[in-house]
Order: sequence, then C-alpha cells, then structure tokens
Amino acid sequence: MRRDRIDITVHRAEILKDTSIGGIFFFCALLSVLITFGIVIILLKDTAGFFKEVSIIEFFTHTRWSPTIKPVEFGVLPLISGTFIFTFVTSAIALPVGLLTAVFLSEYANERTHSVLKPALEILAGIPTVVYGYFALVYVTPFLRRIVPQISTFNVLSAGIVVAIMIIPTIASISEDAMRAVPKSLREAGLALGVSEFRVTITVVIPAALSGIVSSFILGISRVIGETMAVTIAAGNLSRIVNPFNISDALLNPIQTMTAAMVEIGLSDVSGHSVAYKSLFAVGFTLFIMTFSLNLISQYIKYKFREKYL
Amino acid sequence: MNGISRGDINCIQKNIYNRYSNIRIEKIKGKIFIFLCIVATLLGVISLVTLLVYVFWDATAWLNLEFLTNPPSRFPERAGIYPMLVGSIFLIPMVALYSIPLGVGAAIYLEEYARDSLIKRIIEINIANLAGVPSIVYGLLGLGFFVAALGMIHGTLIVGSLTLALRVLPIVIVSSQEAIASVPISHRFASFALGVRKWHMIRTVVLPEAIPGIMTGTILALASAMGETAPLIMIGAATTIFTAPRGILSSFSALPLQIFAWSDFPHREFQHGVAPATIVVLLLILLAMNGLAIFIRLKFSRKEH
Repeated sequence: MRRDRIDITVHRAEILKDTSIGGIFFFCALLSVLITFGIVIILLKDTAGFFKEVSIIEFFTHTRWSPTIKPVEFGVLPLISGTFIFTFVTSAIALPVGLLTAVFLSEYANERTHSVLKPALEILAGIPTVVYGYFALVYVTPFLRRIVPQISTFNVLSAGIVVAIMIIPTIASISEDAMRAVPKSLREAGLALGVSEFRVTITVVIPAALSGIVSSFILGISRVIGETMAVTIAAGNLSRIVNPFNISDALLNPIQTMTAAMVEIGLSDVSGHSVAYKSLFAVGFTLFIMTFSLNLISQYIKYKFREKYL
Repeated sequence: MNGISRGDINCIQKNIYNRYSNIRIEKIKGKIFIFLCIVATLLGVISLVTLLVYVFWDATAWLNLEFLTNPPSRFPERAGIYPMLVGSIFLIPMVALYSIPLGVGAAIYLEEYARDSLIKRIIEINIANLAGVPSIVYGLLGLGFFVAALGMIHGTLIVGSLTLALRVLPIVIVSSQEAIASVPISHRFASFALGVRKWHMIRTVVLPEAIPGIMTGTILALASAMGETAPLIMIGAATTIFTAPRGILSSFSALPLQIFAWSDFPHREFQHGVAPATIVVLLLILLAMNGLAIFIRLKFSRKEH
C-alpha cells in the first residue's frame, strides 16, 4: 500500500515535469510571434514620434530627402523611387534567369548534373551581401565602363547585376520544387499528342506550376527591396526621383534606396533622439510593410492557387 | 477516291510539307530553349567563379600573418584585421548560445507538442515571414529594443549578438523542425510502448537522432549571421576599430563591416589589396563552417541505413 502511494506521487511529479517542459517549449515557439509584435511595436513607437515632428503629408508627398544636411526635409518619395528602379532592374535580370535555371534543373538535368549544380547555385546565396557590393563597385562597374564609358562610379546597373546573381538560387529552388511537383503523366500526355518537349515545358509544366513560380518571384522581389549592403556600396547615396523612362539615366547614375538611406543615417547618428534618428524608424516601417505584405502575398498564392495532384 | 480533287491533294501535300518543316523549326526552337536554360543556369555560377578568382588574385600579396595580427591602419602596408577577426569569432558562440536553445525549443514544440491547430499554423506562417524580413529591420529592432528600451550600450558585442540571434532564429527553427520531422514516427511509438513520458522520449529518442540535422542547419544559420552587415551598422557597431573586444560589453566591429569601410577607400591598395584579403579571410571562415556542416551531414546520414 505504501509503495503504491509513493508510485502515484512520483507519477504526478513526472506529469508535472512533462507539462512544464512542454510549456517552456511553447514559450520558445511563442517568442517568434512576439518578435513580430516587437518589430511592429518598436517601429510604430518611433514612427509615431517622427510624425509628431514631421507631418505625414510631408513624408509621403515631398520630393526631397535630406535628413541631416540643412535645410532638412523628409520626403520619402526619392527613396521609394530609388528602391523601385533598383528592384525593377534586378528583377528584370533575376526573374527570367531564375525561371530558366529552374526549368533546366527540373526538366533537363540528369541526376548527376543536378547534384553538382544545386549546391553550386546555393553557394551564390551564401556569399555575404557586402562582398557582392564590393564585387559590383570594384570589378563589375569598371568592366561595364569598357562597354558604356559614361557610366558613373556608383550606378544601378552593376548593383542590380550582382544582386540578381545573389537571388537566382531563391527563385530557382522554389520554382524548381513547384515544377517537380507537376506529375509526370501530364508531361507524357502532352508528348503523346505529338507536342515537342520544350513546348510541353512551356504550355504544360510552367502553367501547372505557376502558383509556385509566381510566389518565388514575389519572394525574390521582396528580397531585392530589402537588400541593403550591395546597393549602399555600389549604387551610391544620391537621393533623387528617378524617371524610369529615361533608361540610361536610371541605369547608369547613382540613386539611393530606402535601405541605403537607413545605413547612411545609421552610420552618422544612432544614439541620439534627433528627428533623423526617428526617421530611421519611419523609413524602416515603410520597408517592413512592403516586404511583409509581399511575403504574405507570396505565401497566400503558393497555398491558395496550388494545383493539387494525387 | 471520289470526291477528292487534284486541288485537295495539293492542299494535303502542302500541309504535310508544312508539318515537317514545322517539326524542323520546332526542333531548332527546342534546342535554342535548352541552350538558353543551360546559359541561365551557368550564368550565376560562372560570374561568381570569375569574381572569386579576381578577389583571390588581388588578395594573395596581402595575406600574411601580420595582416591577421595587426590593427587596421590608414597605410595599406600596415593594415590588418585583428580586432575585426576577434569580433567576428566572438560573435559565433554568442549567437549560437542565444539562438540554439530558443530555436530548437520552438521546433520541438511545433513538431512534438503542437496539434494541427490554428495556433500552430499562425506560428509557422509567422516564422516563414520573419525569415523574409530584411536584415536591416532586425537592426532597427535591436536598436529600438536592446539599446533604446533596455538601455544597453550601443555598438557592444552583447547587443550585436542578440540582434543577430533574432535574425537567425527563424532559420534555426525551420531547419531544426526538418531534422526533428525526419525521425521516423515508429521510433517514437517504440519508446512510448516502453511506458516513458513524452519529454523522456524526446530526450532519449528524438533529439539524439535529430541532432546531426539540427547542427547542420544551425551551423549554416550561424554562417549567414557571420556575413551580416546592415543590422550591425544599425545597432551602432563601428565599421573600423583598433582594439579587439575584451568582453561582451566591449564595443566591437566585425569583418563584413571592415570590408564595407575599405571597399570605397580611394587608395588602389585598399580596393585591390586589403579589402580582397579581408574578403578572403571572411569567405574562408564561412567555407570552414559550411564544410563542417556538410561533414556532419555526410557522417551521420550513413548511419541511417
């Protein structure tokens, strides 16, 4: 009898221990949600402080960004325009190349080629962005100058090229997964109708994998928008409204993206409570909203429009 | 054959001819398409290899022991990376210390405890989104939370490593989840059948089997933390520093920050000598970490058979 009772208490202690350990793990998982809230709260707090001193209308309508040099002005439009043109140039290179890479890996490469190429591509994503920035400034721009002599030392094109190289693996691997998920029978049905192999890829495989491909594109674009060091080093720090239709001016001259503007402030003034310090958070919040919503859209497309095969 | 005129036959012949010439064109188009795919696939890899060759070529003359043990200098021939090297190396165990327990704990909860509920879905979607938040935003989080809210001193190792730990946490969670999920469910049942409780089962069955996978993923995550620059700038880390950090409360700098500082130094010796040498050191550290991760993966994947 006595031993029974002891057994029961031990059992209870075990259960208690087990549940409390489960609770600790739950807290760890919850922390990831708290980080998101933390980001939002911290960004909101100083953004609100910023808008007490600078009107929200000035922030979104003025066309000059000069946080430290007098007369100070906080119009975010030049930065958004810089980010837009940089994202456009990079995507124009990275999206087609990434998609074709995915097609090759999923449709044409045999297992051996695949096992060599896949890790080789992953190395591209593993190189730090600051190194890509160095590449662009020190090697790519002088190379481009031989072709286009009027190119500036800091320009969008060379930053765009290196960042495109950097995000190719992101786009390729998600698109490839989507294409691999397309059942073989669909391809065979196409081939049996006498359609050539590449037309099957274009008219059957890619449409069937479209949700994954689009979601990889959006994720890639969101990466480019948030890219910081390569644009800071290679694309310059000249905030201006870029006319996207004046192609040579947009490609060959310096710009300033939102991220590069944040680095510029961060290097000069991070401890004070000046307006420039607070403007960091306003720009950061704009950036966060853009990338976070793109990521959500990407996930939504991936799951909502996924073709399901048995 | 009645009803078919000479004109019809001509038409059919023409169609057949067109069909065959179409096939020929179709084949050529197919070849062009494959060629484009191959070019696209190799484009990134070949450009990167070319750039790396340039960097190593530029770096060779500058890589020596003094370069590793000297502090930075305005004079290229005297410049070294010792303080930044120490800073980068200090960061690795500190980031690991903060991110591994939290990340693995979260992964255990999601894989072993959570039911397929709304909460689990929200947490997982949230983690995927956190992984996509630009690293510079984590820098703002570190600046706003650790420095402004908690009153820690900006630019110190502790703030830098905590910020980077938050940055890599989503990656650690996802890779640990994959490692834990790959442990066969039958092993769990076998353990439960012996009458043990859940935590005991996780400790003795799941974790030992999942640890190689967890380590591989974590090392890769730490390697990506090593290359981060923007978050460290945001928390006020110096881009150049002349003394190595002594403790977790010291100011510090790291190799990527120094690369950033040197990349637009006007002297040719910096752009084509000192900076590439620093890049080579950083890449070798990353290579060693990746090599270790691959080694662990290969060594333990054989055991599964």
